[in-house]
Amino acid sequence: MSIALYRIDDRLIHGQVVVGWGQPLDLAFIVLVDDTVADSEWEQELYRMAVPPEMTVHFLSVAQAAAQLPAFAADARTGLVLVGEIGTMTQLVEQASGQIQTVNVGGVHHAVGRTQRLRYVFLTAAEEAALRHLEAMGVEVTAQDVPTARPIPLAELCAATSA
Amino acid sequence: MTAGDVMSGTSVRAVIVAHGTLAAGMVSAVEQIAGRGDCLRALSNSGHGLAELQASLSALLDETGARVVFTDLPAGSCTMAGRRLLRDRPDITLVTGMNLPLVLDFVMHDQAEPADAARSALVRGQGALAVCGS
Repeated sequence: MSIALYRIDDRLIHGQVVVGWGQPLDLAFIVLVDDTVADSEWEQELYRMAVPPEMTVHFLSVAQAAAQLPAFAADARTGLVLVGEIGTMTQLVEQASGQIQTVNVGGVHHAVGRTQRLRYVFLTAAEEAALRHLEAMGVEVTAQDVPTARPIPLAELCAATSA
Repeated sequence: MTAGDVMSGTSVRAVIVAHGTLAAGMVSAVEQIAGRGDCLRALSNSGHGLAELQASLSALLDETGARVVFTDLPAGSCTMAGRRLLRDRPDITLVTGMNLPLVLDFVMHDQAEPADAARSALVRGQGALAVCGS
C-alpha cells in the first residue's frame, strides 16, 4: 500500500508533515482532504507554495478522496493522506469502506471545550467518541506527532491527563 | 550621547515566529551580538493550532506596531500563519528562511523603512550561507 499515513493534523501542511514525515518516508504526494480547501484556489496556492517542488499535492473533497483512494493506493510512490479535523477523517473512513486501517492523530490543538491529552492533542468529549468510533470500525488509532516518537494507542491517549 | 540615549525610543520593528524556542533564541543572539534584541519580539508555534497562532501574531503586530515578520521554515505553520495574515494586511512584509546574519543586518539598519531593511537583509542572509572544509 503506497499510502504510508492517514493523518489528522489541524495545521494541515506544515514542517512536521513536509520535513518530519516527508523526508524519511520519501513522500512523493500529499492528498489533502478538506472540503473548504478543495473549493478555494487561494487556500490551495497557500499550501502548494509550502511544499518542495518534487512533492505533489492533491486537493480533494471527502467524496472525491474516497473515490480516488484505490488509485492513490496503487501508486508506486509513497503518499500521505491529510485531514484537518477528526470529523473529516471519520467521514473519509466511512466513505472509503474498509480501505483505511490505521489513523494517525498528529495534531489537534487547544480550543474552547477541549481537554488536553498530550502536548499536541486536545479533545472534546465528542471528538474522543469519534476516535473510539473509528476504532470500533476496525481502524487502529494512534497519536504520534513525529516518526521518532512512540505511537500512543487510543486507550492510552484518552486516559492521559496532561502533556 | 550615552548608551541609554542610543537605546531610548527603541521600537519593535519585527516579530520572529519560529518552531520551539528558536525565535526567543534568535532574539537572545541578536541581543548578545548587537544589543538590539529589544527591537524584536519572539513568538513560538509550540502547542498552538494554526488559527490560534495567526491570532497571536496578529495581536502582537497590533500591539507593537511592527510590520515585518521573520519565520524559519517556508513550509511551517509559522509561515502559513503569516501568509494568511498577508491576505488582509498588505502592509506586512514576511521573510521566511531567516538566519542570524539576515536578522542582524535587519536590526542594524534601523534608519531604513522596515520593509526595505528586510529586503536588503535577505541578500545578506543568503550570502552568508557557506560550506566550509572539504
